[in-house]
Amino acid sequence: MIHLSRWKVILLVLSLLFGVFFAYPNVLSPAQREALPGWLPKSTLNLGLDLQGGSYLLLEVDVPAMREKRLTNLGEDARTVLAEAQVAVNSIGREEGGVIVTLANPAQLDLALTSMRALVSGGTSGVADRSVQRVGDNRIRYAFTDAAMNSMASDAVTQSIEVVRRRIDSLGTREPSITRQGADRIVVQAPGESDPAQLERVIGQTAQLTFQMVDIENSVTEALAGAVPPDSELIPGSPDSGQAYFLVKRRVLVSGENLTKAEVTADQNNQTAIGFRFDGAGARRFGEATAANIGKPFAIILDGQVISAPNIRSAITGGSGIIEGSYTIQQASEMVNLLNGGALPAPLNVEERRTVSAELGDDAVNAGALSTAIGFAIILLFMILAYGFLFGGISVIGLLLNGLLIIAAMSFTQATLTLPGIAGLILTFAVAVDANVLIYERMRDEARAGRSVIASMDAGFNKAMGTIIDANVTTLVAAAIMFIFGAGPVRGFAWTLSIGVFTSVLSSVLVAQVLLAYWLKVAKPKKLPIAE
Amino acid sequence: MRGWPLIRLLPQKTNFQFVKYARYAAALSVVLCTAAIVACFYPGLTMGIDFRGGASMEVSKPAGQVIELDRVRSAVSELGLGDVQVQGIARRDTNIEDGSTAILRFQVPENQNQTAVVNQVETAISGAVGEVTYSGVSVVGSKVSGELFQSGLMALGVAIILMFAYIWFRFEPQFGFGAIAGLLHDVILTFGLLVLFKLEFSLTMVAAILTVIGYSMNDTVVVFDRLRENLRKYKTMPLREVIDLSLNETLSRTIITGITAVMVLAALAVYGGEALFGFSIALMFGIIVGTYSSIYVGAPIILLWGVKRGNRDKEDLKPVKLGMASRP
Repeated sequence: MIHLSRWKVILLVLSLLFGVFFAYPNVLSPAQREALPGWLPKSTLNLGLDLQGGSYLLLEVDVPAMREKRLTNLGEDARTVLAEAQVAVNSIGREEGGVIVTLANPAQLDLALTSMRALVSGGTSGVADRSVQRVGDNRIRYAFTDAAMNSMASDAVTQSIEVVRRRIDSLGTREPSITRQGADRIVVQAPGESDPAQLERVIGQTAQLTFQMVDIENSVTEALAGAVPPDSELIPGSPDSGQAYFLVKRRVLVSGENLTKAEVTADQNNQTAIGFRFDGAGARRFGEATAANIGKPFAIILDGQVISAPNIRSAITGGSGIIEGSYTIQQASEMVNLLNGGALPAPLNVEERRTVSAELGDDAVNAGALSTAIGFAIILLFMILAYGFLFGGISVIGLLLNGLLIIAAMSFTQATLTLPGIAGLILTFAVAVDANVLIYERMRDEARAGRSVIASMDAGFNKAMGTIIDANVTTLVAAAIMFIFGAGPVRGFAWTLSIGVFTSVLSSVLVAQVLLAYWLKVAKPKKLPIAE
Repeated sequence: MRGWPLIRLLPQKTNFQFVKYARYAAALSVVLCTAAIVACFYPGLTMGIDFRGGASMEVSKPAGQVIELDRVRSAVSELGLGDVQVQGIARRDTNIEDGSTAILRFQVPENQNQTAVVNQVETAISGAVGEVTYSGVSVVGSKVSGELFQSGLMALGVAIILMFAYIWFRFEPQFGFGAIAGLLHDVILTFGLLVLFKLEFSLTMVAAILTVIGYSMNDTVVVFDRLRENLRKYKTMPLREVIDLSLNETLSRTIITGITAVMVLAALAVYGGEALFGFSIALMFGIIVGTYSSIYVGAPIILLWGVKRGNRDKEDLKPVKLGMASRP
């Protein structure tokens, strides 16, 4: 264990090179970094919003647009269900919070009421958010309840915050700050030179996905001239869809709400495509609809644009399929992230775009940096005082290498370093010191038991290793779980901690082994300097 | 040069009878933990702006003039509203960050009127940095959304279960229970400290708690590792003595590692300014409690439970009553 083995020296040199290679850009100015040749890493430590400034977006949740959309859907629901029950409808008019359905034949009122009441079942919370009332001989009011109307805006903001957070999280551990402001606004702050355009692109799309049948009984040209059938609508096609406009049935077969997973995949021609999978209810509805419409085209609509309108070749009962189109991998993965993050309940309008400075304030950041440096210096000093220039000095070299490796690994993986992350690092340094202390104390134990210098050092390493491994694997298990299940800041903390566990074991154990073996070889000591 | 390196001053062999005091320590821990749990509900944790939300407003001077953020922060802090965040932002009209505009976030105490608090804050700021204009006063929500909070709790729960499973797998079930009991003990007491000193529970505090968990686990595993080794080495020695021996053998390491960690945190508390003070105090306390719990929570649980040590000595299978066993 204690002899100078070649592969340990090589490993040590390699990790030192790795550290210098990836930590080096941090000491350069931005201009110097740009001037570096292409094969050299350019990325520096990614500080979190609390430690450095970034971009600030004030978004307004477009509640009126969402209300409008939901009221339109209300009318469509009523139209669809009444058509299925073969109730003749005279008109469907809009009113405050709902629609008024006027029947052609008052005799059908009861039938209409029964079929429409079936629409009003408990929503997600178990409380019905809509009501059906008879308001005359041939008129039915179908409307959102007052409670539903009142909470609609607030719910939409809450839901938007979650969707925005999931979408930004899918870009990596950026640790944005997302807060509600006032009644219907959201403030998103992202650290550093994060690409504001990408941020807006990711946030800006509502990602509402629907599958609707194409109306093949009526022509698009006539509809464009103004003759749109009442149960159909004109929807523009995306550049890849092959048509400027599509006439599609208003009835939604399946929507993005039934989507369980989207992923980037390839079609049979090896073109990038988007694979999707529906949940049980979605799969059943999609299966029924495709079985009834074999040979006819259906439209896949994302945010008011037909992205594809394939013909149904056979009933799709498995609940999964792919969307073809000429996507680049980048476009496809952005779309997949949007779909997986869920649809925004309402469009978000960017009201303000500004730059901000660090959340903690520059004065607080400076105080934090100073105190961290002092703390680090204290550890180094203490180790020298406690274990002397040789053994203490070796720990100091290990700690310095550890610091270098952490900076390199954090820069390399572009993890975000926040104040909570620094807490993780303090723990890491304490654990790194602990590894050295465990080894040295073991050596002292063995020396006291009367062993020779070489034997006690050898036994010290061997016995301490088991403890070090157990203690660090336990920490690593916890960190890995927090990374997998946690979100936002917990994830950032876990990542920093995991990096720290690896670098601290590597640096403190390896440095001590190699340097002490070298010392043994050169000095041929008779007595262990740290023993009594 | 006799006293240096200092490690030579630390006696290598100590003979403290830790187990003898375990029953008192256990009583103390139970009382403190109960008190801490009660305190978490009444009066309850002081939730920071990260969790509770508050009010925000924009403070601005004419372009070219500078608002001293530290003065604003301390003036508003003196009002005793709790956590105050002051962040520089680009001017709304030019989108240039010249130090003339800042966003201020502060808490509105539950029993107070928002307008009154906002007026108070405005007076305080004007007193500190001169004439400024205020705009965009609005209510801000918490930074921790419902989903974020739930996923965080779940992550923590699963992490604790898996640490338990790992220690069970590497040691024995009772070691796992001992470690988890120690961990809960440390976390509960740290929460108790937060309540006692009215330290605000913020996202940074969450990190402090997670760090305490990490340290507590590390410390416990080191002690348990030595205990396991000694149980194999001294097959006939009574369990309580093996525990005392193991604790004594690891004592110098426990002290050195603990001192190192506490010293770093003391530096953070003294020089780190307001933003780091509560955080470093909580961590320091957590580490001290974590060290204590490895000695007085983890190990005594193993003593109470008993532990399997091969077939030879049936007596050791029996749990030992705390403080009652006879000495040879």
